[in-house]
This record gives sequence, C-alpha cells and structure tokens, in this order.
Amino acid sequence: MWKDRLIKAIFFWAASTSILVVACIFFFMGKETVQFFQEKGFSDLWEIRWVPVSFQKQLFGILPLVTGSLLVTILATLIALPFSICGAVYISEVAGKTEREILKPFIELLTGIPSVVIGFFGLVVLAPLVKNTFNLPTGQIALTGALLLALMAVPTIVSISEDALRSVPRSYKEVSLAIGASKLQTILRVTIPAALPGIIAAVMLGMGRVIGETMAVMMVTGNSAIITASPFESVRTMTATIAAEMGEVPFGSLHYRALFVVGFVLLVATFILNMVAQRVLKKYRMA
Amino acid sequence: MTGLKNRKVETAIYWLMRGVTYFIVLVIAYIVFDILKNGLPAISWKFLSGYPRRSGSEGGIFPAIVGTFYLVTVTIIIALPLGMAAAIYLSEYAKQDRYTRLIRLAIITLSGVPSIVFGLFGLGVFVLFLHFGASILAGSLTLASMILPTIIVSSEEALRAVPQSLREGSIALGATKWETIYKNVLPYSIPGMLTGSILGIGRAAGETAPILLTVAAFYLPRLPHSIFDQVMALPYHLYVLATQLPDVEKVRPLQYGTALVLLCLVLGMSLTAIVMRSYFRKKYRW
Repeated sequence: MWKDRLIKAIFFWAASTSILVVACIFFFMGKETVQFFQEKGFSDLWEIRWVPVSFQKQLFGILPLVTGSLLVTILATLIALPFSICGAVYISEVAGKTEREILKPFIELLTGIPSVVIGFFGLVVLAPLVKNTFNLPTGQIALTGALLLALMAVPTIVSISEDALRSVPRSYKEVSLAIGASKLQTILRVTIPAALPGIIAAVMLGMGRVIGETMAVMMVTGNSAIITASPFESVRTMTATIAAEMGEVPFGSLHYRALFVVGFVLLVATFILNMVAQRVLKKYRMA
Repeated sequence: MTGLKNRKVETAIYWLMRGVTYFIVLVIAYIVFDILKNGLPAISWKFLSGYPRRSGSEGGIFPAIVGTFYLVTVTIIIALPLGMAAAIYLSEYAKQDRYTRLIRLAIITLSGVPSIVFGLFGLGVFVLFLHFGASILAGSLTLASMILPTIIVSSEEALRAVPQSLREGSIALGATKWETIYKNVLPYSIPGMLTGSILGIGRAAGETAPILLTVAAFYLPRLPHSIFDQVMALPYHLYVLATQLPDVEKVRPLQYGTALVLLCLVLGMSLTAIVMRSYFRKKYRW
C-alpha cells in the first residue's frame, strides 16, 4: 500500500503547486510594493505625472497610467459589447446546428492569434486607417488600441455568453412560445434576461483580458503618459509601461519598485474582476 | 409590443444579428489573409534558415525559430507532467473539502493573471531571486506557470469524461486505486488531456510579455548552448522588427514574414489539437 500512498502524495503536491505559484506572485509583487512605499512614502500617489527618469526629481504618479488603462478598457468594452452580444445571441438562438459548430470555433480561433501579431496588424493596417478616417496627425491613439482590444475581447465574451444563453432551461422558452410570444419576443424577453448574469460575467472576464493585455496596446496607443478622456489622444497603459521600462531599470532601484507597484495594481484589479465574475457564474450555475 | 411580432421586423433583426456575427468572422479572416498575402512572398529557405544581420533588419530568423522551439519544449517538460498530475489529483483523489476549494481558487486566479504580471513575477523570482539570469530556464518556468491552469482544467475535463463504471469495475476486481487509474482511466483520457494541453502550449508559444523580461534577447545571432543561455524568440523578434528599428518601412517584408511564421506555428498547433479532439471524441463515445 505504500506505493499507492506515495503516488497519491505526488499528485497532491503537484496540485498544490498552483497555490504555491499564486502565493509567490502575490508575495513578490506585494514585497516590492511595500518597499516602494517605505522608501518613497505615499506622497507620489497623488502626483499626476509619471517621470521615472529625471536628473532633478523622479515622479511616480501612477494616475496617468491608471486613467490610460481605464480609458482604453472602457472604450474597448463599449465597442465589443454590441458585437459580442449580437454574435452570442445569433450563434445560440438563431443559427442552425452546423452553422453554430463552424462559427463558434472560428471566433474562438481569434484567441489563438498571438497578441503581438494583432498588434502588428494594428500598427500596419488599422492605425493608418484610423488616421485617414479621422484626419489625424497620427493613428497611434487610444481609439486604435481600444479597437484592437475590442477585437481581442470579442471571442471571450461571445464564448461565455453563448454558454450562458444555452444553459437557459428549455422549458422557459417553451412556456413563452406556448402563450403566444414570437421567437424574437422570447429571445429578448425571456432568454436574454435569464442569461443576463452569465452575460455580465462574460463581459467582466473580457474586461479582465483587455486590461491585462500588453503587446497589442503597447504597439498602437502611442505611449504618452498623460491624463485624458479623449479617445483621440495618445495614452499609456499600465501594462505598456511595465513592458517598455522594465528592460532598462537597475535591479532594486526606486523605478524598478515603482513598476512592481504598477504590476500590483494590475494584479489586484484583474483578481477582483475575475473573482466577481466567477462568483456570478457559480451562483447561477453557468460555469 | 406588436412590433416584435411582426414577421418582417423579426426577419430584419435576425439579418442584422447575422450581419454582425459574420462581420466578426470577416475581420478575423481578413487579419489572417493580410498576414498570409504579405508574408508569403517574404518566406524563403534563406529567410527560415539564415541568421539575422544588422540588428535583424537583414537576413533570416533561424535563431528566433530555434529559440521559440527550445522555450516551448522546456515549457512542455515542466508544465505538462505537473498539470496532468494536478488534474489526476483533482479528478480522482480530491475530496470536496476546504483545501480542494483552495486549489481550485488558485487555478482560477492564475488563469486571470495578466501575462505582463507573469513577466514581472518571473523576473523577480526566477531571474533575480533564484539567480537563473535571463535564460531559457527562467522564461520556460514563467511560461509554465502561465499555462498551468489551462492544462489542469482541460486534463481534468478529459479525466471526468471517462465513465465511473470503468473505475468501479476495476476496483471490484481487486485492483488498487493507482492500478485502476493507470490501466482503466488514463488510456482513455490521455488523448483528451494532450489535445487540451496543446491548445495552452500553442498560446504560450505566441506570448511576448512573459518572455520579454525573463529570456528574450533583442539581437543574438547565434544558437543557445544550454538552458542558462538567452535566446531570441519569434514573438519578441516581431515586436523588435515592427517598432524598434530605425527604418521600419524598409523591413516590412521581414516583419510580415516573421508574423506569418509565428501565426502558422501557433494556429498550426491549435488546429492540430482541434482536429485531434474531434477524432478522439468519435473514437471513444460512451
């Protein structure tokens, strides 16, 4: 029996590595974050400029990066929403069986395209298009980033919303049809409201993906750290800041720690989005 | 709401939805088409097997292909056994207790962590704390942490698809738990476990952010000697070609060529997995 026990122990420890990795991520990110605030205090939190390299005074105002990420994420979600919902409803309620079995994997294929390839496409094709359409001096603006990110959020939202729509009990729809509602009325008044928690969770998971996306957004948003609400300005997101600056900072410097602070904010934001979405999916048994 | 009962309105709305859905499909197809159209002319034997020159603005991408190949291989060696073992624990051994819920929570959390945060984590833990330096080992460990949840979730699904009666029959004949798993569960679930894992690994091959800080070299026109060497990697190389060179317009064919090779690699792996999955689904139908 010792052999069985040994094997069980091996599998047990393998399963436990996930906990270890998560703990390590939070610990290491947290450690550098705490050290940053010990060295620098909390004064920079209200600073509105991000000037990490300067001979006079380094400024680590995280605000422009947060607003940059928020602007791009909210725009992307707003753009992705109508497309994703239409797509999910069409695939789950309107399309035939064969059509569905082709459409869903095809849209999910999009998640397989590397983000750097999407970013490259955005840089070469989309940015010039945006520039010419709106007559701008440059196409590397928040809107271009949001369009690309919307494209990357669509498969996530479609796929999970479609699952939620399909998990609505058949009897709901049958009752609605039996009392004389049309198919469209049933979709709009019965199926979609019943699946709404799942759809909301899908949107949140999509947002989680968007806010954490790095390469595509770094390649097309122009990367200037300013606070703006205009989609036609160039912005810099938290992810792009880490990716662009981490290569050049000395280990253990204030700038190095500041980037971990940015990462920590990102980690907490995606963690909350993810947890709430999973709660909703679990509560309504749509996972 | 008589409007919604009107046949014409109904049909019009369905067509609108259909239009939107096919618009999404069209955009995806266009991206792939654009990369194919502009990338194919750049592909040649010299491009695939040559070394880059002048920071990559001339020559081939052979070291980047080899680098990505090494990264993927080492990632598989680390993540696949670990993920599969974890899945076996969760599906065959775990009780519904607090600890199991904690493991599941960790897996869900891990699947939502942004890739750049994995990069920071890899930099902090593997590169600096454990002194692996920027190396294949550090990069692969980072990528492995990232795809672990995908492998675990899809492997567990494959294990759960094996009917309970197969296990019960084996136990009834006097086999131990491990003998049951080894002889009666794994043979039927391995294909499913592998296909799900390939999907995750394909995604890892195309990731840039985690390797950016842990392994990828800007320009290194030679092959690595050990897993403690830095390498070039296709995704990062594409980023460098597209944004970091002085005359980006002139290098466009090389950029498209690199993008195409990367796309073929990643989508090729995904398609293989999807085809394999539908084949095995037909083979084992319970």
